[in-house]
Amino acid sequence: MLKYIKQHMETIDGIEIYPLISFVIFFLFFIGVGIYAWRTKKSFADRMSNLPLE
Amino acid sequence: MSLERFQYDNRIVKNFVFASLFWAVIGMLVGLLLAFQLYLPVLNAEVPWLTFGRLRPIHTNAVIFAFVGNNIFAGVYYSMQRLLKARVYSDMLSKIHFWGWQIMIVFAALSLFLGYTTSKEYAELEWPLDIAITGLWVVFGANLIGTIAKRRERHLYVAIWFYLATFVTVAVLHIVNSFELPVNFTKSYSAYSGVQDALVQWWYGHNAVAFFLTTPILGLMYYFLPKAANRPVFSYRLSIIHFWALIFIYIWAGPHHLLYTALPDWAQTLGTVFSIMLIAPSWGGMLNGLLTLRGAWDRVRDDAVLKFMVVAITCYGMATLEGPLLSLKNLNAIAHYTDWIPAHVHVGTLGWNGFMAFGVFYWLIPRLFDTPMYSKKLMNVHFWIGTLGIIFWVLPMYFAGFMQSLMWKEFAADGSLVYGNFLETVTQIIPMYILRSLGGSMYIIGLFIMIYNVWRTVAKGKLVPTEEAEAPALTKTYKKHAGEHWHRLIERKPVQLTIFATVAILIGGIIEIIPMIKVESNIPKISTVKPYTPLELEGRDLYIREGCNNCHSQMVRPFRSETERYGEYSKAGEYVYDHPHLWGSKRTGPDLHRVGAKYPHSWHYEHMLEPDNMSPGSIMPAYPWFFTDDLDVSQTVAKMETLKKLGVPYTEEEIANANQLRDTQAQEIADELNKSDDINITKDKEIISLIAYLQRLGTDIKASKN
Repeated sequence: MLKYIKQHMETIDGIEIYPLISFVIFFLFFIGVGIYAWRTKKSFADRMSNLPLE
Repeated sequence: MSLERFQYDNRIVKNFVFASLFWAVIGMLVGLLLAFQLYLPVLNAEVPWLTFGRLRPIHTNAVIFAFVGNNIFAGVYYSMQRLLKARVYSDMLSKIHFWGWQIMIVFAALSLFLGYTTSKEYAELEWPLDIAITGLWVVFGANLIGTIAKRRERHLYVAIWFYLATFVTVAVLHIVNSFELPVNFTKSYSAYSGVQDALVQWWYGHNAVAFFLTTPILGLMYYFLPKAANRPVFSYRLSIIHFWALIFIYIWAGPHHLLYTALPDWAQTLGTVFSIMLIAPSWGGMLNGLLTLRGAWDRVRDDAVLKFMVVAITCYGMATLEGPLLSLKNLNAIAHYTDWIPAHVHVGTLGWNGFMAFGVFYWLIPRLFDTPMYSKKLMNVHFWIGTLGIIFWVLPMYFAGFMQSLMWKEFAADGSLVYGNFLETVTQIIPMYILRSLGGSMYIIGLFIMIYNVWRTVAKGKLVPTEEAEAPALTKTYKKHAGEHWHRLIERKPVQLTIFATVAILIGGIIEIIPMIKVESNIPKISTVKPYTPLELEGRDLYIREGCNNCHSQMVRPFRSETERYGEYSKAGEYVYDHPHLWGSKRTGPDLHRVGAKYPHSWHYEHMLEPDNMSPGSIMPAYPWFFTDDLDVSQTVAKMETLKKLGVPYTEEEIANANQLRDTQAQEIADELNKSDDINITKDKEIISLIAYLQRLGTDIKASKN
């Protein structure tokens, strides 16, 4: 088992893909969060932000 | 709809508040002693458990996990009951959590005093305590999730998200970083070695700051600041972005602790890029906090609670701008290993964590004891002396860090180092160390003023052990609004929220760590690098026991100023048998990676006995017990067998002859030492193995050159 894991990836060829993957994940993630925040209804946001004061 | 009546538990909140203040005193007093030791080495008292190397982890662990830890739990237990409109899930779990945590802290302190340490920063505790922490963390999580499960408020307020993310991420960090193989009950070796160990450690170390000192406190900010200001948070939408952006990005930034080290370049770059991106969510959160006070700034003038919180949030903003800037390679080259880093850290801990805790406690205590604070004036005195204390702490250290770094790098016209003797750069900044201890003293005096004030308040008030509340029960079925957004679903479904948050924090960790651990060519092998001999291994464990890595790095960066001073820069392949790595993060003394074969044995002998003799003005403690105590040799074979399981290529023969090999090498060193007129030592003393280790450091590559 340990051998399989240890010998699974033995070279660093193609590591350039890592920053690219990171960027794509990051970009999509924030587009998603941005869209969500933008679409949040004001009434709902007001109700939520008043929760601590109830 | 019928209203349900229930009671909030205040007793557990009170317990955590008191525990937090108690440990604050202990942790900060130890910190103050350390500050004094740095210019009065006599305070190390030649007593093992009083030396800087053993006390420093006690200070960091006490303030992080005992002071701030109890502060987090107090705030979480108070706010989650009210935000979820439910009593804590289980009073029994609360009790186990509270007492378990305190007992664990006591054992942690004792074990560190005794020198039982893994040497990994903020994760120094040995494996039995690691397991105890895991258990207690699960108890905390069960209470948190259990309370969420029986809530009467369908939607989870953003503070609760921060608490959940904290719970999940700290669990992941703690478990991954604590992979270690025990030798016996008090000793273990990290499962990772060298570069990998360093990367995992700083992925943990950085995110311990992120998910123990930041996210839970942000949760507290989102609850207690609106309460204290009596107005809702500035922007709930911004808080959503703040949350997701922060937890997603933070986890990537760990490698910025290892710039210019032997860590592969791609991992360093990833750390830098994500650190810079962190400015956005951090400042979003800071602005959201400060803007919550819109229209209420006049109250900041009178209300000490708000004053503390405003300074706390401002310090959060400063530290989270400075952090990303420090992760730029050009700035990091100056700041790393200097007092600049403790200054940066203390803006965060004294300012953000300390002042947030004080603000929350000053707000909580009158409510827990149903009486106003005994003295508003003393609250203000505390605020001012504390603020001045922070300034007196950090400004001298910024100055010291910058100055010392410039001295390290200063070349004369002939190309030699102007300050070739490391000690010269230390003695120059002693006045700054004195000023820093003044700042620390002021901060602690403020704390004592608070404790007096709290004591008088508690004396005149009466604990409100439970608070009556009522709310309608949650209906079993929830009617979706037309056109409801998917995130609304997450907000009312804690399980999904937790899963999403876990995925968000795992992405960064996996992309950084897995290739590092798996890909062999990341760490070029060096054929001359061999495992430590049995005696060197024992010496290395003494180095760990005494916490030498708290003041000495073992990582020569590829700068001319460093290769000139120390020798060949460090290569990743040199550390492959280092379980754990001992790169260190601060150079109070010089780097030791190339110290091997630099001095004769007798130099180390005299230096460890009385550092001041060999290096006049040295602030290093003396280690007289190395010369009187026999080396504990009972575990040598067990240690080698453990390391062999972790991949260190000791042969069966070496292990079988370990004791003999060790004694032979020890005898050689003792014989060499005894050639000096004033030295008379036997081979079984601890100092022999320490010298063996120090003389081995960094010599594998030197040998290959010859």
